[in-house]
Amino acid sequence: MSKTQSRKTMFDKIWDAHYVATRLDGRELIYVDRHVLHDLHAPHAFEKLEQASRNVRRPDLTFSMQDHTVATKPGRDENTNPDGAQFQRAMREGSNRHKIRLFDLTDPEQGISHVVAPELGLVLPGATHAVPDSHACTVGGLGALGIGCGTSELEHILATQTIALKRPKRMRINLEGVLAPGVTAKDVSLKIMAQIGVSAGRGYAIEYAGALARALPVEARLTLCNMTIEMGARSGFIAPDDAVFHYLAERPYMPRGKKWEAALAQWRMLASDEDAIFDKEFDIDCRGLEPQITWGTDQSQTIGLSGALPALDTDADTRLKLERAYAYMGLAPGKPILGTPIERVFIGSCTNARMSDLRAAAALVKGRSVFAGVTAMVVPGSTSVKRQAEAEGLDRVFLDAGFFWGESGCSMCAGGNGDRGRPQERVVSTTNRNFEGRQGKGVRTHLASPETAAASAIAGHIADPRALMAETK
Amino acid sequence: MQAFTRLSGVAVAFLEDDINTDQIAPIPTKRSLKPDYREMFFYRARRHADDSLDAAHIFNQPQFAAPSILVSGKNFGCGSSREGAVWTLMAMGITCIVARSMADLYRENCLQNGVLPIELPGDVAQAFEARVLAADGRAPFHVDLVTQTISGPGGEDITFDIAANDRTRLLEGLDDIGMSLKQSDAIAAWEEKMRAQSPWLQSATRAPGTEPGA
Repeated sequence: MSKTQSRKTMFDKIWDAHYVATRLDGRELIYVDRHVLHDLHAPHAFEKLEQASRNVRRPDLTFSMQDHTVATKPGRDENTNPDGAQFQRAMREGSNRHKIRLFDLTDPEQGISHVVAPELGLVLPGATHAVPDSHACTVGGLGALGIGCGTSELEHILATQTIALKRPKRMRINLEGVLAPGVTAKDVSLKIMAQIGVSAGRGYAIEYAGALARALPVEARLTLCNMTIEMGARSGFIAPDDAVFHYLAERPYMPRGKKWEAALAQWRMLASDEDAIFDKEFDIDCRGLEPQITWGTDQSQTIGLSGALPALDTDADTRLKLERAYAYMGLAPGKPILGTPIERVFIGSCTNARMSDLRAAAALVKGRSVFAGVTAMVVPGSTSVKRQAEAEGLDRVFLDAGFFWGESGCSMCAGGNGDRGRPQERVVSTTNRNFEGRQGKGVRTHLASPETAAASAIAGHIADPRALMAETK
Repeated sequence: MQAFTRLSGVAVAFLEDDINTDQIAPIPTKRSLKPDYREMFFYRARRHADDSLDAAHIFNQPQFAAPSILVSGKNFGCGSSREGAVWTLMAMGITCIVARSMADLYRENCLQNGVLPIELPGDVAQAFEARVLAADGRAPFHVDLVTQTISGPGGEDITFDIAANDRTRLLEGLDDIGMSLKQSDAIAAWEEKMRAQSPWLQSATRAPGTEPGA
C-alpha cells in the first residue's frame, strides 16, 4: 500500500469508491447505491422525468416510502389527511409506472424512510444513500454516506443513478466523555451546536469520532448523525464497527452467506486511517454533560436543563437575534428553563422514534399520567417499531398515561400531515428543528430527548428526566 | 434550465442571518401538489398573527412588489432540502440572491434552477447592504455574471467570486441531467466493476423468508 493510500479518511474511501466521472462543468458524478423516495417530493420529480421522456435507470436500487403526508390517526387511510391523498396517490402511481418497490400506507413495514431503511437493511456501510430529504444523513450511523438532495437532484438520480457534486471538505468532531444515565445522543448533538453553531458544517462532510461516539448504541448513532444537517453539513457518519455489523446481520435486504462475509471484510477497512488528515476538527467535551434543551429558534440556542436563559450582554447583532428569539418563544433572560409550563409534547420523527427512544420514554411514563391540560403524542418511527412496541406493551403504558398513540409517519416534525400545535403553544419535541412556525403558526418548540419530553409531559413543565428516574428506582 | 447572464431590477434586503427554508417557504396549512408559490413566499413573515398582510413589512411595500434580487445575511436557506424555497423566490421574479453565505443544499437548489447565488465577504456585503437600503427600491441594481459585477446606485461596481463551473452552468443554462447522461458509458462501467468487486451494492434483493409474517 502506498503512503497516500494509508492516509485516507473514511469519507475519501467512500467517495473515491463511488467516483464515476468528472462532468464537463467540473463536478464529480458519484454513484448512488440506494435511493429512497418519499411522497412529498417524488411526485414532482416523476412528472418532470416523464415530461423529458426519461426513464428510471435503476428501479431495482430505488425504494418509495409514504411518510411526509400520512395521517397518524389510528385506522387511517389516505383520505384521513385530505391534503395528503393527492401526494400518496401520485407516489403510488409513479412508483408503479416505474416499477419501484413502494412501502405504501398499509404496508406492515411503512414508516419514516430514515427509520425504515436501516430496519430493512437498505443501508449498507460504505454505501451512498440518497433521499430527497435533508435528514438523509441519519444513515451515517451505520457507516453509510447519506446524501440529502433537492427535487431536481432527485430527478437526476432517477435518470442516472448518480449525483453531481463538488467534493466537500472533511471535518472530524471528537466526542469525549461517558454519558450518564438520562443523557443521550440527542443531548450530545444539541451540545455540539451550542458550541460550534448551526453553520459550522457548511461545505464539509462530518465524521463523528472519539470514545463517546464509539460507545454509542447503534440507534443512538442514528440520532446523532440525523442532526448533522442542522450544523449545515449534508453528510455525517461514524465508522462502522461490530455493533453495526451485529445490528445489520440478517436484516431482510442484507447480503447473506459468502457475500455477507466478503462485505464484512470490506466494511472493516472503512474507518479513517489513523494518520488521516481532516480539514477541520472540533473537540467536544461531554464529560459531566447534563440533558440539553433548546430555548430559542435555532438549535445553537441550547442550554443544559439546570441552566438559566442567557443574558443579552453581547454584541449588537447577537443581541438582536436573541431578543427576537425571546419574543417569539415568550421567554425572558435570566430565568431557569426548568419549570417553564408547557402545553404539548411530541415524541416522534426520524430523530427520536426508534425502539430505544420509545422504551426510554415509556420507562418514565409507566404508572404515571400526563399532566392535566397537556396534549402528548407518541408517533412511532415505523410501523415495525409500532408493532414491536405494542408487543412489549408500550402502547398501553402511553395510552394509560393519556398519550395519543399513532400510526407511523413524519407527523408533527414539520406538520406536513396536518399534525400541528396551536399558536403560542409551548411544545417539548424530540424532533430536529425549532424554527419559527415549523410545528404550526406561533408554536414554541423546545427540542430535547425522549426522556426529557416524557418527564415534561408528566410534570406539565420542562422537567429533568433524572429526577423522575430517581423516583422510578 | 433558464440561463442566467445579467439582470437589472429592484433589490430587496431582508438582513437576518440563518434564514431557514421554513421561513422562506412555510408548509402551507392547505397542501397541494401545485401550490401557489407567490402566496407561499415568506408567508408568515409577511403576515400578522391573524393572517392579514402586514403592510409595513418590507416584502409588502409597493416599491418591492416585483423584486429581482434578494439580499440577506449568513447561512441563508438553512434547514430542509425543499426546492420550493427556491421556486417561491422565482415565482416572485427573484433570480439572484446576494448573501453573506448560503446553506450548501439551498445553493445547489438555486443552481439547479438558474438562480444566481452570490456570496459576498463581510465588509463588501455590509457596504452593498447599505446601498440597497439607501436605494429603497427606487433605482435598479444590475448583476452581470459575464463580468462578475454588481452595479447600481450609491457606489462603485462590486466584483464577486463564483466557482468557474457554477458560472458556466448558469451562463449556458445547461441541461443538468443531459450533461450527466453523456457519461452513461462511465456509469455502466462503474456498475460492471462493482458487480465484481462489491456485488451487494449492485443488488438490493430481499432474502427469502424475510417478508413480514413469513
